[in-house]
Amino acid sequence: MTQLEIVGDGVGHTGKDWFYTDIVKDHFFHPRNIFKTAEEVKEFNADGVGLVGSPACGDGMKLFIKVKDDKIVDVKWQTYGCGTAIASTSAFSVMLLDKGGLSIEEALKIKPKDIADYLGGIPPRKFHCSVLADKAFREAVNDYFKKSGQLERVVEGSAKIIDKILKITDHDIEHAVLEGAYDLEAVQRKTKVGIHDKECIPIVEKLIKTYKEKYFGE
Amino acid sequence: MTKNVEYVLKMTERKIYLDNSATTRMGPEVKKEFDKYCLEVYGNPGSFHMEGLKAKQAVADARERIAKILNCKSSELVFTSGGTESINLAIKGLAYASNGKRKQIITAKTEHHAVMHTCEFLEKKGFDIVYLDVDENGIVDIEQLKNNISDDTLLVSIMYANNEIGTIQNISEIGKICKEHKVKFHTDACQAAGYLSLDVKDLNVDLMSINGSKIYGPKGLGLLYIKTGTVIEPLIHGGGQEGNKRSGTENVPGIMAFVKSLEICEETKEKEVSRLTQLRDKLTNGILESIPKSRLNGHPSMRLPNNVNISFLDVEGEAILLYLDSNGVYASSGSACTSKTLDPSHVVVAMGVPYEYAHGSIRFTLGKETIPEDIDFVLKILPEIISNLRKISPFNVKMEGKK
Repeated sequence: MTQLEIVGDGVGHTGKDWFYTDIVKDHFFHPRNIFKTAEEVKEFNADGVGLVGSPACGDGMKLFIKVKDDKIVDVKWQTYGCGTAIASTSAFSVMLLDKGGLSIEEALKIKPKDIADYLGGIPPRKFHCSVLADKAFREAVNDYFKKSGQLERVVEGSAKIIDKILKITDHDIEHAVLEGAYDLEAVQRKTKVGIHDKECIPIVEKLIKTYKEKYFGE
Repeated sequence: MTKNVEYVLKMTERKIYLDNSATTRMGPEVKKEFDKYCLEVYGNPGSFHMEGLKAKQAVADARERIAKILNCKSSELVFTSGGTESINLAIKGLAYASNGKRKQIITAKTEHHAVMHTCEFLEKKGFDIVYLDVDENGIVDIEQLKNNISDDTLLVSIMYANNEIGTIQNISEIGKICKEHKVKFHTDACQAAGYLSLDVKDLNVDLMSINGSKIYGPKGLGLLYIKTGTVIEPLIHGGGQEGNKRSGTENVPGIMAFVKSLEICEETKEKEVSRLTQLRDKLTNGILESIPKSRLNGHPSMRLPNNVNISFLDVEGEAILLYLDSNGVYASSGSACTSKTLDPSHVVVAMGVPYEYAHGSIRFTLGKETIPEDIDFVLKILPEIISNLRKISPFNVKMEGKK
């Protein structure tokens, strides 16, 4: 049966900003490393579990990892989200288990862009859907570190408050850029950053530029 | 139509188009009319020769035929490039002509973007916009309208039937309130056309927008009804066509195809409404009965006969659409991921539907080509799609009653 085929450019009126590559579709329609039954979730007996997102924000990802000799030996996942979100978690789980499983150190180096590349590209507009996988993984690894008593290895998020009145962090701004807010006005519509705390606006503008370069190479 | 052999293909080959509120396939009779005015009667109605005159007469005739359906004068009709332009012309045209005498525009939170963004634009130009709340079914708060309408109100713009949830407003009553306050009233009837009465006198409207592409007519052809005495400033200047309200050479094929499609819709309306209402209810009830944690968005009965909008918990709309698409079923979603802004549908959110529902909303809009077998097929495949997606979802949100 015909399926959607075009890779998007994500910029709007060129008519290509929606559709997915064959690799994305393959992972979406045939997700790898999933639990087949509710019993499997219990039996898996994960060494670390990480959850990010919520039903209200439209994205959610839960990663379950098994660790042996500091290597990821098994991964399962659950994702609530769009085609990109589901495909990118599936792809990420395959990447983690590459060559019999990556070391934790190697695995932590996987960036959203690597997942997008693995999938043969995803529309820039949908890029934010693929950023949850590495975050969920970091949570799962931290959970493993805590459970196995390696507290010194726990990597906490390094969010920095930018807007002092609304307590908006650099992570919030990063997220807004990933969601397609490419300028101050758009980021403000999403986050209200700098509406009251006007002093932070130059920093916000700089951050937007940084994240745009980081994710979209613009 | 239902037993038309052409449409009763094997279900595996048949594509099930349930996105008729997005746009419709042009009907064959309409296409014939379109072709005729592309190939046979091709003159410019403004030209001084026989070919031009033929086109001019055709357009005049079309205007008369539409006036009959809308119960208005032919001089009160302006052809535009579509629903969006009609809406822009109605709202901005009136705002520009008001010379700042009245500064307030009242609309609703569930309007189409063509109305919302036009109002937001005017807000930046100094107009004061009031967005009326809607109840849990999407019905506009009339009391709030009464409390806000004043000598400063220039225009009230409320859509006849909602494009996402199909909820039908009491336009006639809203129109009456506007009349009492001598306030102009516009309704976006793009989705209502074909299903509901378009009698502008019954509806008490001063301005009404219709779109050809929603009624099996041409894309790129819209209509704006402007009641005599309603002064609007044109948005497009030029040769003074359309009574100086919308310049540009008349889109004669579009106009002739449009009037044909409108007439067919009027003729078949009664039958289609009852046929589609049955199919709509079959689809709605079938889904609600077979899929747990699903709920209907919009009014249960005051809704378009072709609209089914249902939210599913723990799954996201775009993912559902991808599965439907791979099965040859074409629908749409109010999920954040299918919108350009990445926010979930403002309409679903305005009704107080929690975000977790809004992200998983799917809209099926039936049309004249929809047959009972299509509904059976959707009812057959949808439960499995939802259950597959729920299997890989980390969430299991408890179902709540309607807010």
